[in-house]
Amino acid sequence: MMDALILSRIQFAANISFHILFPTITIALGWFLLFFKLRFQWTGDLKWMEAYRFWVKVFALSFAMGVVSGITMSFQFGTNWPGFMETVGNIAGPLLAYEVMTAFFLEAVFIGIMLFGFSRVPGWLHTLATFLVAFGTTMSTFWIIVLNSWMHTPQGFEMIDGVAHATDWWAIIFNPSMPYRLAHMLLASGLTVAFVIAGVAAFRYIRGDRKEAVRSQIRVGITFAALLIPIQIFMGDMHGLNTLEHQPAKVAAMEGNWSDTDGNTPLILFALPNSETRENDLEIAIPNMASIILTHHADGAIPALDEFVTEDGTVLHPPVDKVFWSFRVMIGTGMAMLLVSWGALAFLWRRKPCPETGTERRFMIRHLPKPLLWALVPMTFAGWVATLAGWYTTEIGRQPWLVQGVMSTAEAVADVPAPMVLSTLLGYLAIYAALLFAYVGVIVYLAHKAAKDEPLDSLTPASGEAVVDAITREDRGLGRGAGANLQPAE
Amino acid sequence: MELLGQSPDTWLPFVFAGLMGVSILLYVILDGYDLGVGILTPLADDEQKRDMMVASIGPFWDANETWLVLAVGLLLVAFPAAHGMILSTLYLPVFVLLVGLILRGVSFEFRVKARAKYKALWNRLFFAGSLMATLAQGFMLGLYVMGLEFTAGTILFATLCAMALTVGYAFIGAAWLILKAEGPLQTAAVAWARRCVWGLAGGIGAISLASPLVSPRIWEKWFSFPEVLWLSPLPLASLALLALLWRAFAHLPAEGDRWAWVPFASALGLFTLAFLGLAYSFYPYVVPDRLTIYEAASAPESLMIILIGALFVVPSILGYTALAYWVFRGKTRALRYD
Repeated sequence: MMDALILSRIQFAANISFHILFPTITIALGWFLLFFKLRFQWTGDLKWMEAYRFWVKVFALSFAMGVVSGITMSFQFGTNWPGFMETVGNIAGPLLAYEVMTAFFLEAVFIGIMLFGFSRVPGWLHTLATFLVAFGTTMSTFWIIVLNSWMHTPQGFEMIDGVAHATDWWAIIFNPSMPYRLAHMLLASGLTVAFVIAGVAAFRYIRGDRKEAVRSQIRVGITFAALLIPIQIFMGDMHGLNTLEHQPAKVAAMEGNWSDTDGNTPLILFALPNSETRENDLEIAIPNMASIILTHHADGAIPALDEFVTEDGTVLHPPVDKVFWSFRVMIGTGMAMLLVSWGALAFLWRRKPCPETGTERRFMIRHLPKPLLWALVPMTFAGWVATLAGWYTTEIGRQPWLVQGVMSTAEAVADVPAPMVLSTLLGYLAIYAALLFAYVGVIVYLAHKAAKDEPLDSLTPASGEAVVDAITREDRGLGRGAGANLQPAE
Repeated sequence: MELLGQSPDTWLPFVFAGLMGVSILLYVILDGYDLGVGILTPLADDEQKRDMMVASIGPFWDANETWLVLAVGLLLVAFPAAHGMILSTLYLPVFVLLVGLILRGVSFEFRVKARAKYKALWNRLFFAGSLMATLAQGFMLGLYVMGLEFTAGTILFATLCAMALTVGYAFIGAAWLILKAEGPLQTAAVAWARRCVWGLAGGIGAISLASPLVSPRIWEKWFSFPEVLWLSPLPLASLALLALLWRAFAHLPAEGDRWAWVPFASALGLFTLAFLGLAYSFYPYVVPDRLTIYEAASAPESLMIILIGALFVVPSILGYTALAYWVFRGKTRALRYD
């Protein structure tokens, strides 16, 4: 029987892993929706409204999944980790409170207007609602990343009787790893959504849905992915250097470097880290490469895991195999993103004859090679894989600390009997598995259904009921915006 | 910073207890009506009515639930010691609450986006989730009133509270529908509300009687002179609201939608009065008879920084919440993305 600590950790990890999938979608999808809405307003081209209406459904679904799994986490602080708030509540509390006050309410209120208000409010208010939802999700990201980063690189506080007290809020908010982590996460969300949009549109295209809206979405997805991935690789490198400075034990685990402290450290491509022998089995490595990447010198010294074991044998570094492999999965997925997006962009960039117009044009999806088009479909999940792997790297990499150097994870856990934690854990796992299955299933179904729809030819609501509704509402003197919105903007 | 000659250590915990109280009250009223509509969905005799019921709460439920996040957040932020004590004691009911909220939250989306053949399944999950969340909240309220002790007696009382709150939420849900629906759905809602109001009155009465009987301290607070005099408006106003409801139900559904606002307004009043009674009974304790708000409070400098933010942000939250209710004012129409 596992103890309550490890069960509580698995439960929180399961919960937060499930949760992060959905914010990763909604953070950037909110901005993509604003992009589609604005493109429509500027060009009057209905294909952008078609994109908006498809993706707003995905947004609504993802948002609901994010909200309910997020509420679960806010309760688990109390049910499973009371020590966390008792020790650092004076810091974490205000940050979480600001997240609720400046982000949660904003998103929750305006998503109603964004989803259901299109024909009830003036166009500008609907666009504003779309903006405020996107802004709210980004604010939420900001505050939660501030708190998470502070747990990795705490500063701006003093300990009085074992409880953290804030001394400098500016230092707490702008703690050393915050800017890197925030940029890394926002870019991760952007990449995830770019690949989701390209992947789902490619799936529709392959299934024979050749509408202009679908082709445009493939273009938008590929272009944003190709733009964001080099920035993300650069940002990831900066974040790694920041971690090297503040959490050397994590970097040692990422590199799988047990004992090499005198420089010329190789970059390990494959290995099975062995915590018994404190060595790597079956290692394949590039000589000196880790030193070059991390110190920009071939003979630069990087931290070794053995440095984080105390005289009495207490291990103060994270479990190596998990961090080592999570990191490689993230990097590998990032490389696949680079290859696919740049490969696709390179083909789209070439001018090809277009029989319809008789001229040579760029960005024609029909000239995208089949294998690349097919590769976009599994890449729909690339962002999720990379984001999860990245979070595992940084969070497992912080162990055994909950707040680096301040409190250990074991100190925070609740005094709840292990069988009780096990029963709730199994309950959550069953629900999450079922919901994830339903979520992916519904998005595939929405894609199939959209493929059967005719291209949007006007903004008039499709059913007679809605038209009658809009007219009678005018008669009753309600909803000024409705009439104006029924006409496409030319 | 001094207020009325008191140092922040004295008034900050009180202000935060007040803020948390307001959040809980707003949550109970707002999510109460949408959980209640969820509980009533199996009673709708056709799918069109059920769609309309869900449409009446669709644009609001998410913001309503955020008041729970704020309330738990304030408990966590302002009274961390109490937060841990209350939530780890209520470990299993909290789990049931969360599963309920998860199921109903996603069912809003899945019931209309999944294949038509699964709609009945998501409808059932929507109902089950609403019911689970409500039962769990009532159970937790009952245990809290009983001092967070697990004995056969307290569990029985908590179970009764769970059922009373279910009826209470069903009532405020029906009252919401009377306000937002028209035609046959409104007529049905009137019948539902009529049946539920007695459960609600019984539930409030039971808790009002049980809490002084369980705690001599609460007995002392209510039934000593002259307190009993200036407390008497609470039960009297509740009785007046019940009488008003009695009259409203004699007229409903009425020509020109007169009286339609009365059940919801009365529900609002009854919930508020019951809440004020509870707050008076338990002050200054955050964990009944064990931990006061002053013992459990966070450091004043942390509370101050939240309070300053709240003074600016909360009015704007209330402002744009009002905007959303105004945009979706009047009788409910089908929810459409176009």
